[in-house]
Amino acid sequence: MAGKTLYDKLWQDHLVRQNDDGSALIYIDRHLLHEVTSPQAFEGLRLANRKPWRIDANLATPDHNVPTTDRSSGVQGIVDPVSRIQVQTLDDNCASFGITEFKMNDLRQGIVHVIGPEQGATLPGMTVVCGDSHTSTHGAFATLAHGIGTSEVEHVLATQCLITKKMNNMLVRIDGELGTGVTAKDVILHVIGVIGTAGGTGYAIEFGGTAMRSISMEGRMTICNMAIEAGARVGLVACDQVTVDYVKGRPYSPKGEDWDRAVEAWKDLVSDADAQFDAVVEINAADIEPQVTWGTSPEMVTGISGKVPNPAAETDAVKREGYSRALQYMGLQADQDITAIQLDRVFIGSCTNSRIEDLREAAAVVKGHKVASTLKQALVVPGSGLVKAQAEAEGLDKIFIEAGVEWREPGCSMCLAMNPDKLGAGEHCASTSNRNFEGRQGFGGRTHLVSPAMAAAAAIAGHFVDVREFVKH
Amino acid sequence: MKKFTLHKGTVAPMDRANVDTDLIIPKQFLKSIKRSGFGQNLFDELRYLDEGQPDQDASQRPLNPDFVLNQPRYQGASVLLARKNFGCGSSREHAPWALEDFGFRAIIAPSFADIFYNNCFKNGLLPIVLDEAVVDQLFDELQATEGYALTIDLEQQVVCKPDGSKIEFSIDAFRKHCLLNGLDDIGLTLQHADDIHAYEARRRVAAPWLFDTTK
Repeated sequence: MAGKTLYDKLWQDHLVRQNDDGSALIYIDRHLLHEVTSPQAFEGLRLANRKPWRIDANLATPDHNVPTTDRSSGVQGIVDPVSRIQVQTLDDNCASFGITEFKMNDLRQGIVHVIGPEQGATLPGMTVVCGDSHTSTHGAFATLAHGIGTSEVEHVLATQCLITKKMNNMLVRIDGELGTGVTAKDVILHVIGVIGTAGGTGYAIEFGGTAMRSISMEGRMTICNMAIEAGARVGLVACDQVTVDYVKGRPYSPKGEDWDRAVEAWKDLVSDADAQFDAVVEINAADIEPQVTWGTSPEMVTGISGKVPNPAAETDAVKREGYSRALQYMGLQADQDITAIQLDRVFIGSCTNSRIEDLREAAAVVKGHKVASTLKQALVVPGSGLVKAQAEAEGLDKIFIEAGVEWREPGCSMCLAMNPDKLGAGEHCASTSNRNFEGRQGFGGRTHLVSPAMAAAAAIAGHFVDVREFVKH
Repeated sequence: MKKFTLHKGTVAPMDRANVDTDLIIPKQFLKSIKRSGFGQNLFDELRYLDEGQPDQDASQRPLNPDFVLNQPRYQGASVLLARKNFGCGSSREHAPWALEDFGFRAIIAPSFADIFYNNCFKNGLLPIVLDEAVVDQLFDELQATEGYALTIDLEQQVVCKPDGSKIEFSIDAFRKHCLLNGLDDIGLTLQHADDIHAYEARRRVAAPWLFDTTK
């Protein structure tokens, strides 16, 4: 019998019940909540007179709507009344159901996918769900993690389980060494460019290969975060010493004898050598250069030395139409150099790239430089209060501020512009976030997805530049 | 949940691939803590010429006459014909809520994004996957025929065309059962409460560090 994949093992470990019709009940160890996708779920519980099944499995924080500027007036200081009500509703629901919440002015508040790992609330071998598609992030810890809708948020609250169906297994094997200046963000953008935004639909993707072993936990989170942008609800990375070292000593991590037992159990959180995958994609790490998206889908991506494609060269009619529409929306010309794209704003943040390592990479590039005068704004939004505090302890905030980059309070911010941070119509933004959809960062806004280092270099130059060249000079 | 058994309705086309959830319902409308009323903001950025805001009177906004759902021939449509990877992007259930609230009961496409597909079933909205060539053919027929309507028979798992021909589709037995009967997932799962308790008891022994964490 063939060995098991990491996904197979995690599935088996959480199977409560397999039904004859192919559906299954799986147990959820950790449920993360935020203000946008939970209010209707709590309301559903109330209407049906149900209680949460297991309070201590839940952890909540407001992130999407929170302002990233002064918060001294607390929730009442949120200017947009609709946003304020949503954040207040999360506070009220958590208080009335007894769920632990890191409120807006708690030092531990932050983007839900940053704080889970940071607190040790995300552990190897767990199942983690959240009403947010970027829950795939937590798969970096050999955790079966995926986004769910609000009906499922209610279902998990009420039953601690999900009704689901087993996915197929895909291995994306990235072998070799990444070049200097090439980061985890470039890896995942490249992978999406290769397999497309629907390439992983129906699959749990395990990211493996020699290159993955030398990528930090922050980098692994960036890669798993965007598995959903390749269509896969689940991204996974095998557990190794890097994982264990990251988890050790965090507030909710196991302690004492439990820690020793846990570490022993986590050794099995790898795909067996003879495991069979339904699909395998091989990527040579050395082929990857810093990436920039030019279109309105994450698969519309190319290397920094590339050009905006010419739709006329596309043979597939639906794709050609999509390319033309994207170019029109983005205000770009076919065959234009990527480096010729002029920028209006730069955003460094989001659940993809707002961890301490991301901020260090960006700070290293901007240090001693000034933001281009042609730029309207460059901002850094740390992923959590603790990331912000760490960055400040390292003096990164000063580096950004001296360069003319705004230093903000933690939240989702301009990734999806539910708070006041947004693009104006027609503005081009170099963004370290995860989606370049039409209007994502603001009505009519034009998003280019890049790594933190590339965003930082673009902020200095005012247009895209190859960060590898930039660092040399 | 609303039942879905047999539905006959006129069809509207959404002729572009990778329609994402931001396009289906832009983020500013996700600030609502309600579950209803999203229909007026379905495809907001395509449908109106201005930038939409929550709590706005949509009837006063300038419509984009070029947008397909604003065209007279597609008024009252309840079946959406779409291209591949429909519903990609976020997990926001506001996307199916908006489609359902607008009046759609079924969406036909060559493929759907996983989370969106799953969310549809929780809201009495039936996503139907058909071969790309079949979808191409439906687009052609729809284009050629004003008032083009399809009948969807979930029990028989067929889409019936105006000429009487039938196209079969597949669907998970469990999802079909729930839709046909309008069943509440939570109620079903709670019937297996003993299984859940038994699992927890085993798990507490095998991995005690997973319990009593945030308390």
